[in-house]
Amino acid sequence: MANVTRIALIGNPNAGKSSLFNTLTGLNQKTGNFPGVTMDKLTGIWELEPGRNIEILDLPGIYSIYPKSIDEELVINILGNPQHPDYPDMAIVVADASNLKRNLLLFSQVRDLGIPTVLALNMIDVAENQGYVINSLKLARELNVEVAEINAKKGIGVGGLKLAVIKTLKHRYASNDALPLSVADELIEDVQKQFGEADPYRSLLWLMEHDRMKMFNQEQRESFDHLLEKHQFEPKKYKSAETVKRYEQISEVVERCVINLNRQWDAEPVKTWTDRLDKVFIHSFWGYVIFLAILFIMFQAVFTWATYPMDLIDGGVAQLNDWLKGILPDSPLTGMLTDGLIAGVGGVLIFVPQIAFLFFFISMLEETGYMSRVMFIMDKMMRRFGLNGKSVVPLISGIACAVPAIMSTRSIGSWKDRLITILVTPLMSCSARLPIYTVLIALVVPEKNTLFGVFNLQGVALFGLYLLGFFMALLSAWVLKKILRAKERSYFIMELPTYKGPRFKHVAISIYNSVRAFIFEAGKIIVAISIVLWVFASYGPGDSMAKIEEQVRLKNPSLTGVDLSNKIASEKLENSYAGHFGKLIEPAIKPLGYDWKIGIALITSFAAREVFVGTMSTIYSLGGEVDNENATIKNRMRAEINPDTGKPMYDAALGFSLLIFYAFAMQCMSTLATTYRETKSWKYPLIQFGYMTTLAYLAAFLVYQILS
Amino acid sequence: MLTLADLRIGEHGEITGFTDELLSLKLLEMGCLPGTEVILTHHAPFGDPIALKVSGYTLTMRREEAATIQIKRK
Repeated sequence: MANVTRIALIGNPNAGKSSLFNTLTGLNQKTGNFPGVTMDKLTGIWELEPGRNIEILDLPGIYSIYPKSIDEELVINILGNPQHPDYPDMAIVVADASNLKRNLLLFSQVRDLGIPTVLALNMIDVAENQGYVINSLKLARELNVEVAEINAKKGIGVGGLKLAVIKTLKHRYASNDALPLSVADELIEDVQKQFGEADPYRSLLWLMEHDRMKMFNQEQRESFDHLLEKHQFEPKKYKSAETVKRYEQISEVVERCVINLNRQWDAEPVKTWTDRLDKVFIHSFWGYVIFLAILFIMFQAVFTWATYPMDLIDGGVAQLNDWLKGILPDSPLTGMLTDGLIAGVGGVLIFVPQIAFLFFFISMLEETGYMSRVMFIMDKMMRRFGLNGKSVVPLISGIACAVPAIMSTRSIGSWKDRLITILVTPLMSCSARLPIYTVLIALVVPEKNTLFGVFNLQGVALFGLYLLGFFMALLSAWVLKKILRAKERSYFIMELPTYKGPRFKHVAISIYNSVRAFIFEAGKIIVAISIVLWVFASYGPGDSMAKIEEQVRLKNPSLTGVDLSNKIASEKLENSYAGHFGKLIEPAIKPLGYDWKIGIALITSFAAREVFVGTMSTIYSLGGEVDNENATIKNRMRAEINPDTGKPMYDAALGFSLLIFYAFAMQCMSTLATTYRETKSWKYPLIQFGYMTTLAYLAAFLVYQILS
Repeated sequence: MLTLADLRIGEHGEITGFTDELLSLKLLEMGCLPGTEVILTHHAPFGDPIALKVSGYTLTMRREEAATIQIKRK
């Protein structure tokens, strides 16, 4: 889309940027990737005039164009580089009118870069409730830009914004050429001589932030360093002085354009709803109680509510398979379709209810502004373990999926805090582990029993596994904190936004996006592995498979009917390629209580742990009792007999050993790939894989040896 | 020297300067300018981090970060 007009949406976090984006573009949104970075790029189409569509690009929320963390770097890489494929034709800076000065700081920086800019004043009603009346016409004259008053949440003021944008696109207002704080002319000239013509402020941005800008190569970065040295220019000092200067200018403008209706001697500010709620939510005692209660409700709810649709999917897939087997001729192709493909697809679909529920909760917590409070009350505790209050979000999101969770660590400013968070996040039990937990808990924890007569024991066991993952993440973080050395120090300076009612449209979009990503991204891998597994489990080396039926009949002349075909099927599985793989690693996993069948599942689930249940269905539907009424995976596993002891295979020792193994093991290619992308080094994914797998093996070994 | 970390809940102060160059830019950008009035509003459990009202909104920071902001009592 070369000739499409593109507008960048810029603003402080919580200024209403995403609301405006949703208002303007509706459902005409798409997520993609920025070239070279893994960050989600959100664009949408806005009909500016009848027949004239333009592209809106949503950029991450920032307080200043000088980045403090990785996610903030993206903004200067786009706005500072006119050659960037996403460089906008103009910008809309969304400003929270109730916090005008701080929001105008960013506006003035963007305008000085030489990008035609419209100022969209949001939350004017909030400002007026606080006693501030803004004369936006005067503000427009003072700032020399078009100003539009909007209410992003209610979608008011879009007409005025359209006019402002059309006018700005037509006239392409030039910025003021003067720098906020003058520097030596020779310095700017030197930069322009070496790196090309640009607005003075953009030249200065290049000079000060060249290390963070991908448009420059090593050689160019060195010449920037020479220029800094030659002119004795100190970026840090300049940026601070510039910020103070900008605030001075902004204060003068605001003084002239805003009337403060509050009487000067009203010392105490008005008590807002946010103040009242914060008295409880960040209270030294009740704050924790509420947070724990919310988490607990989340787990009990997900475990009980999600089971209904999950049982439907599970039963539906089993029925569909039986039905297909009934009407289709008995051939390898039918087998591949039913036991391979459909069993695999079923293994994907069964996650959907739980993922949807988890993302519903997480996105509600973020939407209402409560998540920032959690960071606030957890910072001190997290810091002891080498983490940061902001690590709470990745850790909680890790309950859904480690991939977006690791990507959300970008807002953590300190590299060491961020790295430790990335390394330990996969220990949080993600939704892919849930079906494994569900199946195994159902096998080893009695369903009827309750704790104190209230809590379902299975729910308690599940909650325990999540807690275990969380405490192991903290412990690992603490160890990593001792090992890793920090170059920079960690900090925690953060805005506590006001509480807001959740925008259910945002929640719905978030759930839709994550479920879709799961089905199509993870689903592809799971289905592919299921099919490959079916092939490996159905065929064996040489002609061994063909001879099995004969041999079984000879060895067990007394067997007939179902028993005979089961015996044949399990012998076949044992002699298949998959069986051979499983046998190969059996010595290594025997101490944990696992046999070669579980060995197959372990191997397949090293690429993606969610394959475990699918693998189990494939293995047991090939090698076990196929009885129409008990065809779910749970019942097949329950019926499995340990050939050595003659007792049920899945007893407490094996069940808990497997649960612990899956709780700690690093079995997700996507997570390792994300860690690689986020740390830009193979070292860290290898460390992550190594320490987690070792931990899983040792812990599972201990559990099995103690319980058996 | 009095710093923001010395304030108790409900107390007012006026920012006079910064002792840490690295943090000062972030603090300035967040609206903690010399001459600005701040009110300490909350402590997290165990007294750290702290939350304060500055330029009409709530900002949180750790105690050690607050100790780099010099203030005078109002």
